[in-house]
Order: sequence, then C-alpha cells, then structure tokens
Amino acid sequence: MSIERLRTAVGHIVLMFGVLVSIFPFYWMLVMASNTTPDIFSYPPKLLVGSHLFENMGKVLDNINFFGSMLLTLVASLGVTVLVLFFDSLAAFAFAKYDFPGRNVLFAILLATFMIPTQLSLVPQFVTLAEFGWIGSLKALIIPGAANAFGIFWMRQYARGAIPDELISAAKVDGAGFFRQYLTVGLPVLRPGLAFLGIFTFINVWNDYLWPLIVMTDPNRLTLQVALDQLNGIYGTDYSMVMAGALMSVIPLIGVFLIGARSFIADLAAGAMKF
Amino acid sequence: MAVTSKAVPATVSATAAAGDKPPNKYRQALPQYTAVAPFFILFAIFGAFPVLFSIWISFHSWDGIGQMKWVGLEQYHYLLTDATFWKTIGNTLIIWVLSTVPMLLLALVIANALHNATRLRTFYRIAYFIPNVTSVVAITLVFGSIFSNNFGLLNAFLQSIGLGQIEWLTQPWGIKIAIATIVTWRWVGYNAIIYLAGLQAISQDVYEAAKVDGASTRQTFWRITVPMMRPVILFTAVTSTIGGLQIFTESRVLFGDTSNIGGPGDAGLTIVSYLYQSAFIKNQFGYGAAVGWALFILIVLFSIINWRLIGGNDDERVTRRAARRVERKIAAQNAKREAADVH
Repeated sequence: MSIERLRTAVGHIVLMFGVLVSIFPFYWMLVMASNTTPDIFSYPPKLLVGSHLFENMGKVLDNINFFGSMLLTLVASLGVTVLVLFFDSLAAFAFAKYDFPGRNVLFAILLATFMIPTQLSLVPQFVTLAEFGWIGSLKALIIPGAANAFGIFWMRQYARGAIPDELISAAKVDGAGFFRQYLTVGLPVLRPGLAFLGIFTFINVWNDYLWPLIVMTDPNRLTLQVALDQLNGIYGTDYSMVMAGALMSVIPLIGVFLIGARSFIADLAAGAMKF
Repeated sequence: MAVTSKAVPATVSATAAAGDKPPNKYRQALPQYTAVAPFFILFAIFGAFPVLFSIWISFHSWDGIGQMKWVGLEQYHYLLTDATFWKTIGNTLIIWVLSTVPMLLLALVIANALHNATRLRTFYRIAYFIPNVTSVVAITLVFGSIFSNNFGLLNAFLQSIGLGQIEWLTQPWGIKIAIATIVTWRWVGYNAIIYLAGLQAISQDVYEAAKVDGASTRQTFWRITVPMMRPVILFTAVTSTIGGLQIFTESRVLFGDTSNIGGPGDAGLTIVSYLYQSAFIKNQFGYGAAVGWALFILIVLFSIINWRLIGGNDDERVTRRAARRVERKIAAQNAKREAADVH
C-alpha cells in the first residue's frame, strides 16, 4: 500500500517538474518583458517580474505597427478558419453520407495528396501567386489554404459516425435538397468536430511563419510572426522590448487555446488513434 | 479503422432516389460534386500544378524575374557536389537526432506517469500541451536569450555553479543543441499525449491475463506494452522524422541576420533554410526547386527506414498492415503541416 503511494508521489513529482519546464519559458518571457534591458544584462540576472512591462509594450507599439499586424493576422486566421470549416465540412458531408459516381476515386486522390510535402512546391507556389498578382495581399494568405485534405478527411471520419442516415432520409422526405440537408442535418451534428478543426486551423494560421515570410513582402503589411521577427532583427539589442512584443503576440493565442483546451486535446489524441 | 474508400458503406444513395430511369446519374450528383469541388480546384491550382512546375523550374537557371534558361540536370549535378548542401543535410540530421531521441523518451516517461496519475489529469494535459500551440517565433526569441553567449540565463547559471560560460550560439555544437532544445520543448507534450492515448487504448483484460499467468512488471512492459504501442511509437517516430527534416523557423529566428541565416559557420543551416536562402534570398529559383526535390527524396527514404526499424520484426502481413496505417498517419501529419503552411 505505502509503496503504491510512494509511486504515485514520485509520479506527481516527475509530472510537476515537467510542468515547470513547460511553463518556465513563458515566465521568463514575462520577466524579461517587465524589466529593463540593462537589468536583464546584469549579473546575477533579475529573476523576478519587474515593473517596466507597460513601458516596454509602449515601445513595441512605437516601433512596429503591432495592432495593424495583429489585425492582419486575425483577419487571415479567421478567414482561413471560416472557409476551411465551411468547405471541409461540406465536402466531408458529401463524402461520408452520399454515394455518387466517382466518389471513391475522388477520395483516394484526396488521400494521395497528403503525401506531398509542402516545401517541395514552395518556389513554384510563390511564382504562381506572383503571376496572379497576389504577393503582398491577404489573398495569398487566405485562398490557398481555404480547403485542405486533412480537414476533409478528419471531418469525414467524424461525420460517418455522428450523422444518422435516418435524419437524412427524413429531411429528403420533407423535400430538402442536398444543401438544405447539409445545413439542417449535417452542421448541427458536426458542431463538436467543427470546434476542434476550427481551433486547430486558427492556431496554425496564426503561428505560421515560412509562408507569410515569403508572400507578405510589403513591410507595412506583415503578419504578427514576421513582424515580431523583424522587431528582433532591427531592435535585437533591446531585449526587454522584443520580449514584450513576443508576450503580446502569444497571449491571444493561449487564450483561444485555453477556451477549448480540454476537448481539443481529447479530440486530437482520439484522432491520432483513429488512423 | 477502415479508412480505405472501399470500406465506406453505401449509405444514402443519391441515384437510387430517382425511380426507374435515372436521367443522368452524374447530373443528379451535381450537388455532391459542387460540395467536394472547392478542395480539388484549390489543390489543382496550389498543389498539383506547383509540383509539376517545380520539376520544370529545377531544369532551369532562373532568378524569378528574367528569362528562364534551360540547364537540364545541371542544378542536380551541382547539388551533389555542393559542400554547403551536404553540410545542411548533416546539420539537419544532427539536430533531428539531438531533438527526437530525448523528445520521444521523455514523452514515454511522461505518458506513463500521466497514465498512472488519477488526480490533476486535465491540468497536466493542458500544461504539457501549451508549448505546442505557442508561436515558434516568440518562443525561439526566449530560448535565444536563455542560450545567449554573454548574458544568457543558462550561462549565468553555469557560471554560478562554477562551470564557466559556453558560447552556445557561436560553437557548431552549441548552436545545434540550442535548436534541438527548442524543438524538444515544443513537441514533448504533444507526443506524450499521443502515447497516453495509446496506453489507454490497451485493454485492461490483457494486463489481467498477464497477471494471472504470473508475468512480472518488466515482462508485462516488454511483452505487452511495447508491442501494443508499436503503431503509436511508429507514428510518432515517422512524424518526428518528417518534422525534423523540415526544421526551419527555429534556426531562421535564432539568427535573424538575412546575410547569414544559418548562424556562425552555417552550423545551424538546415535543408529548408538552404532552400529558402537559395530561392528567396539569392533568387536562385531553379536551385531552390532542386533542393526541394532532394528534401522530398530524403523524407521518403527516412520514412522507409523508420518502417523497417520499428514496423518490422513481425511477419510480413503485420508489417504491411502497420505500414499502411503509418502511411495514413504520415499523410495526416503532412496535411497538418499543410494546414500550418496555409497551402
């Protein structure tokens, strides 16, 4: 009995240590963002939260168009998320619940597209978008990602189990067409699945770095990640200000994650086991 | 799980509803075609076409603006003799090993502890998952300061215990350790959650049966837990490999200087960094495209090695089934990256 207890205690100690390691960089970010740069560079270093946080945040706002970048990133993230949720769930609904000629072939093609790594086509994608005149515009961030194979595959798995055939048959009897069936039968049932895909998509777009780095060439229209990198590149010596910027860019994201964290993690793990 | 399209039960038939003589089954399925069309149209424009186009570009010398000049296999020939390219492969593989090995081992330990813990489960999961949803750029800046040569927290700590300072961001090994640390920190929790799901999926009956047969804890672990976890371990190994071979942001942000994105002596220059540098800094689009294909071949090669190492051991059929399962998992992971790159 006591050995069992000891094991539990050791387990918790290990886990708590891991939690500390997970959380520490955030704490350190706050420490650096709330002290002055000379404080950070002193030895021994300041280990506690200081009183210069708002001063440093103010400097960030003076040096880069922070809220402009945040707005741009927000619009891009929301835009992609809304389009992905609509297109992916609509396609998933059709793949999961209807039999139409060529369905299996189309779905096999969709699965095959998974195999192509994105960096392979980085150069030609850039060239294609340049040809369209989309470089530097929000379209470059939103349109190419408006529907994706992962979301359709994931939602299809979800839809197959979640939507009862009887409901669709009933809607048909009532004279509802395909899109009405999607709206009245599909969407309400798919809502939990949409929540996961939505958070997942939003976080990924918000955090993306390589693609916006390449396509957002106008220095006045950068996403938050690229602007933050630029802030570091130009004012890298002012650590505390750069960290204040980092902190400001991380907070909204952690907020979005925490809202749905519980079911999000469960869904992710369940999804990984489903394949 | 049945995910092959063959296994899909024909549920609600779009054609069956029409009566004796369906006028045109394709026309009748028009709503369904419309529903799946957006993905295929976007894929054709931003997926399939660029892949084919990248082959074409890689046979040319091109700065992205002027005339394309046909050079045949020249780019690939140059690639094979390019010392920097081979160096980026070495860098990437070293960083990959330095991050993946501790990452997966730690994830197993954490998953095991999580599996046994009855309290604070939700708290632990969220705390462990937070690093994974955090912006790579912001967190790389934090780690950059921790590893900083002169005023970094790590060196301050080393100095305070009398070990002296290490020039983390100048030395070739220091640079790789710093990058690997960031990768490990971001992905341990993610992998632990996946392992935990794997552990929970093992039926308690199996353990009960083993207990009845008098199996020791060690035997249970090696004879039951590990074999049952093999598909999950394979999944994490393959996805970490694919992710590891594509490392970019960490080294790019750590050394913000565009003239030298790989850090001192290019010690942190990864394959994708090199692709980025060739195409988008030096405007050598043809060469960038060729590096992209080299990366693709490497990913395929390493995925096969992974299957052989972890997926093998059993009779062929089991291996093949595992391989198929993994194929789908890679696919999903690739798709996640795809989503992450807004493609």
